[in-house]
Amino acid sequence: MELLAAIFNLNHYGRYFTWHWLNISIANLIVVVLMVIVFVTALVAPFPGRAKRKGDQ
Amino acid sequence: MSTEIDRQWTTRTRKRMVSAFPAEKLLPDTQPSYVASWIYVFGVTTLASLAMVILTGCILSIRGPVWWHQSSEGHFVNSLHLWSVEVFFFAMVIHLWGKYFMAAWRGKRAMTWITGAVTFLVSIGAAFTGYLSQSNFDSQWISTQAKDGINSTGIGAYFNVLNLGQMLMWHIVLLPLGAVVLTALHVVLVRYRGVVPPFEESSKS
Repeated sequence: MELLAAIFNLNHYGRYFTWHWLNISIANLIVVVLMVIVFVTALVAPFPGRAKRKGDQ
Repeated sequence: MSTEIDRQWTTRTRKRMVSAFPAEKLLPDTQPSYVASWIYVFGVTTLASLAMVILTGCILSIRGPVWWHQSSEGHFVNSLHLWSVEVFFFAMVIHLWGKYFMAAWRGKRAMTWITGAVTFLVSIGAAFTGYLSQSNFDSQWISTQAKDGINSTGIGAYFNVLNLGQMLMWHIVLLPLGAVVLTALHVVLVRYRGVVPPFEESSKS
């Protein structure tokens, strides 16, 4: 945390993203966006050895 | 004609278990080719992080709050516990999305889906009681913020978020036990029914 604090200034109240009914902290929003990015990447990124396995079967 | 030994419940249970779970099914050598995709790694990532959560939780239980609040080693293990939980939920949510869009309940896998979903709910309870068990101002703040919501559901008399002892017991005994037993059942069901194939593989067969 101290290392992160050296990079990001954490000495302030939490920041929130608000859009109509939606109210979410920036920290949680970043995690959700990261999960979506990792999910999409997992679907499209080539898996090592996949072509070989398909060829074997 | 069946003998007396054949009729024993131990004999019948053993025969049933051996027929349902032969060794090659419990620990298979290979998986179908469609499992070679990154989307299939998030289940095992969730399992690995759960193992780390339990391990670090056991160390925190042995050493106690003064240690995790005041020593460098305690801070380190406390942080490992927190970040293992972050990875656990991160991977579990992606695992859930992947299985949802695969309709992973196909092929008589409804119980596999249900045990996974219930494990997710139990884990949320475990994480929540973990926040309440920190024994610092953060846990006090969270408990006072949560009490009205919990009391409005009517379960406040049995699940009192202001009772640190009760929340700690839920966090270190009941909920981890539930999560681990359900996870074991979930994995056994995955082994029993096999990994759900993609839609195109199902339509071929």
